[in-house]
Amino acid sequence: MENDELITMRDITKTFPGVIALDHAQLTLRKGEIHALMGENGAGKSTIIKCLTGVYDRDSGEVHMEGVEGNINCHSTEDAQKIGIATVYQEVNLCPNLTVAENLFIGREPRTKAGFIDWKQMNRNAKKVMDGLEISIDVTQTLENYSIAIQQMVAIARAVDRDCRALILDEPTSSLDDKEVEKLFRVMRQLRDKGVGIIFVTHFLEQVYEVCDRITVMRNGAFVGEYTVAELPRVKLVAAMLGKDFDDLAAIKNETMASADGEVLLVCDGMSHKGTIKPFNFKIRKGEVVGITGLLGSGRSEMVRCIYGADKSQSGKETMKGEELKIKAPIDSIRKGMGYLPDDRKADGCIGDLSVRENIILALQARQGMFHTIPRAKQNEIADEFIRELSIKTPSRETALKQLSGGNQQKVIIARWLATHPDLLILDEPTRGIDIGTKTEIQKMILKLAGEGMSVIFISSEIEEMLRTCSRMCVMRDGEKVGEIDHELTQENVMKAIAGGDN
Amino acid sequence: MKNLKKVTKQQLFLPIFCLFLVLLVNLFKDPSFFGISINNGVLYGRIIDVLNRGSEIAILAVGQTLVVAVSAGTDISVGSVMSLAACGTCMVLAGFGVNTTSTIQVPLIIGILFGVALGGLCGAFNGALVAKLKIQPMVATLILYTAARAIGLLFCNNQITYIRYEPYKYLGNFLPGCPIPTPIFVTIAVIIVVMLFLKKTALGTYIQSVGINSRAAKIAGLNSDMICFMCYLICGICAGMAGMVASSRIYCADSNNIGLNYELDAILAVALGGNSLGGGRFNMTGSIIGAYTIQAITTTLLAMGVSTDQAPVVKAIIVILIVVVQSPVFKSWLGKRQAKRLALSKEAA
Ligand SMILES: Nc1ncnc2c1ncn2[C@@H]1O[C@H](COP(=O)(O)OP(=O)(O)OP(=O)(O)O)[C@@H](O)[C@H]1O
Ligand SMILES: [Mg+2]
Repeated sequence: MENDELITMRDITKTFPGVIALDHAQLTLRKGEIHALMGENGAGKSTIIKCLTGVYDRDSGEVHMEGVEGNINCHSTEDAQKIGIATVYQEVNLCPNLTVAENLFIGREPRTKAGFIDWKQMNRNAKKVMDGLEISIDVTQTLENYSIAIQQMVAIARAVDRDCRALILDEPTSSLDDKEVEKLFRVMRQLRDKGVGIIFVTHFLEQVYEVCDRITVMRNGAFVGEYTVAELPRVKLVAAMLGKDFDDLAAIKNETMASADGEVLLVCDGMSHKGTIKPFNFKIRKGEVVGITGLLGSGRSEMVRCIYGADKSQSGKETMKGEELKIKAPIDSIRKGMGYLPDDRKADGCIGDLSVRENIILALQARQGMFHTIPRAKQNEIADEFIRELSIKTPSRETALKQLSGGNQQKVIIARWLATHPDLLILDEPTRGIDIGTKTEIQKMILKLAGEGMSVIFISSEIEEMLRTCSRMCVMRDGEKVGEIDHELTQENVMKAIAGGDN
Repeated sequence: MKNLKKVTKQQLFLPIFCLFLVLLVNLFKDPSFFGISINNGVLYGRIIDVLNRGSEIAILAVGQTLVVAVSAGTDISVGSVMSLAACGTCMVLAGFGVNTTSTIQVPLIIGILFGVALGGLCGAFNGALVAKLKIQPMVATLILYTAARAIGLLFCNNQITYIRYEPYKYLGNFLPGCPIPTPIFVTIAVIIVVMLFLKKTALGTYIQSVGINSRAAKIAGLNSDMICFMCYLICGICAGMAGMVASSRIYCADSNNIGLNYELDAILAVALGGNSLGGGRFNMTGSIIGAYTIQAITTTLLAMGVSTDQAPVVKAIIVILIVVVQSPVFKSWLGKRQAKRLALSKEAA
């Protein structure tokens, strides 16, 4: 058993100003295992990983790796790569303006004999790597052309393509569909069988039970325990993470089911955006929660971006409350009562250097206009309210957003839109990276808001979650809306519709 | 001890500390630096000199801070725009082609407004290039950096236009009966107007949001392009104001020398103020302190008899030191030492 250990981290402590992120935490990774690292938002999962890979310098503690002398102290991610640790971080950190191939091979480009970069070879290799994950995309396109999910797959491809002994995946599946998750798991299992140790962070409990061998649970920066998957059933795992009993599967269901003859709020008639989404019709009633589902890259996000005006619609018309909308920029839709939570948190959501308070009031302030400043006392009140309601873990409301954990950043962006009290709230993957406790809270909140008359368009790659909240679903395929399901919303029916079994 | 730590954590600590250091050197070298006397009914002294001569840099730094914050780039045309604004004003006051005059053709206020408006126009031009056409700030402002002086020369018919009209000198020198140099008042006015504007409206938050992540700002409902444009506009107006002061000092439009190399001092002031040239968060007070620090260094060197040729070398060394002390690497090194001590003290407890 002893000599199975690949990486051992002991007594790791890391403090940030005002926060003890890691408090004598520990982690043991063995060869040929997939090790889940679990904990609430802000428990310190990402931080312990970054202490291992050299993004942060730990304050104290020991790290040992088999085959490497002494106490390891990586000072940069290159150091970590040299000793065989490959990492996919929570926030995709590739270069959006480089091509997929360049991103995959940056720093280790194939060379021609003369020493120049061999572009042809590079593109061919890149194609091969992506094919290995069964993703067929044009690798010579710049990365920014692709959705966050594809970007995540590229980041994963980049990491697994290297010869590594330890692979670290920090919430790699947060924006992936079941199908992509399956592909990833296949690769993970292959690597495990080759003896690679894998650390896997996720908030999806099913995934833990599907691929993992062992679980380490953290809470408030401290180590709670290490278990084999068999000895820790789901209920116990949740209890270990939250420090209390909690039934995350408790039935919540869209009871309200806005009546089919309710007042129509928004009608989209033949709207489209060139290159991403073909003309579609869409309608939503007051108090309705409508889901949009489809495979990765099917145009779910593009459709709502078009509705909101983040990407300008090039055809058709949009009517809200009986009034035709002329949307030139997002501010126009905000004024008409829309809110839009984008799926790409880092690029489209976070204003990292601004405080939590400023991030929360931003959209509200924008709607009121530059000259109607929200008084500071009012700002504080709003911020405090949401910090409490969404249990945002932050040292204070004046902390810079980028210093929060990924899940807590997401909560802040959700708060930004809730603060505007929109009539129509568009949520693209609202629970991405959010822990199970809060996830249930957010689902409940969506239903409560719908009960109060807010209409919600909801996108999630987790069908389970959509079934719990939506009363109707639109199905997307290849940038086209192919149908709607408004009765018998079951997993099976939805899956069938998505896959396009035209039977 | 704890209070001391709190003070050193403040963003403004370093800029103030640097200014303090410069003043301290003077205190030891030549205490007469701080002497203030009254001759001919006006205040004299090195300190007054710093406040007076630093006015142009301070006014430019106000505008430059906004430009840096919103676009992570710098407006390198401000010095030339100062000169253009001065030429514009003198041309309007003297009439085109007139070399020297003691009577003015239009009311003084019209002439000055014309100059400031000219500055604003230049700012709008820069803003349009950067915000609408998405040209790199450095490249976009390079156009006016080279062109503005030449246009100014055209305005003045290739000569130096003198305005020997007494009130024209007020702005850059003294108001009758007032012992304090007027540029000090002008600077205070500019600072107050801009600070009030930032405080009373949400513009400050907007600028920072756009500077940090313009895509996200747009989705949150901000008109990123407009906000960027406005910052350049304000910067241009500030340059126009500074040009007025500089021109009034010498009651002429010396196209080749007004505002020469001032863009560098303005940018440096922003950096000395502890602002990241990478945009985003900004601190106006820091920039203003930075501006006067630069002027204090210049005045000190001159007072110490460093020849004008060598002054830039000494200035460069001082600036390097200040910038290193404020650099993130140095700061994080300090921070780490503090964090370690914190952890140790916790352990001990
Ligand atoms: N750069 C930073 N500066 C200050 N505090 C930080 C920084 N990074 C993380 N923290 C704090 O450390 C704590 C742990 O954060 P961490 O990102 O490790 O959480 P996590 O377990 O990955 O959560 P999530 O599931 O939301 O990703 C949080 O309270 C966070 O506020
Ligand atoms: Mg994390």
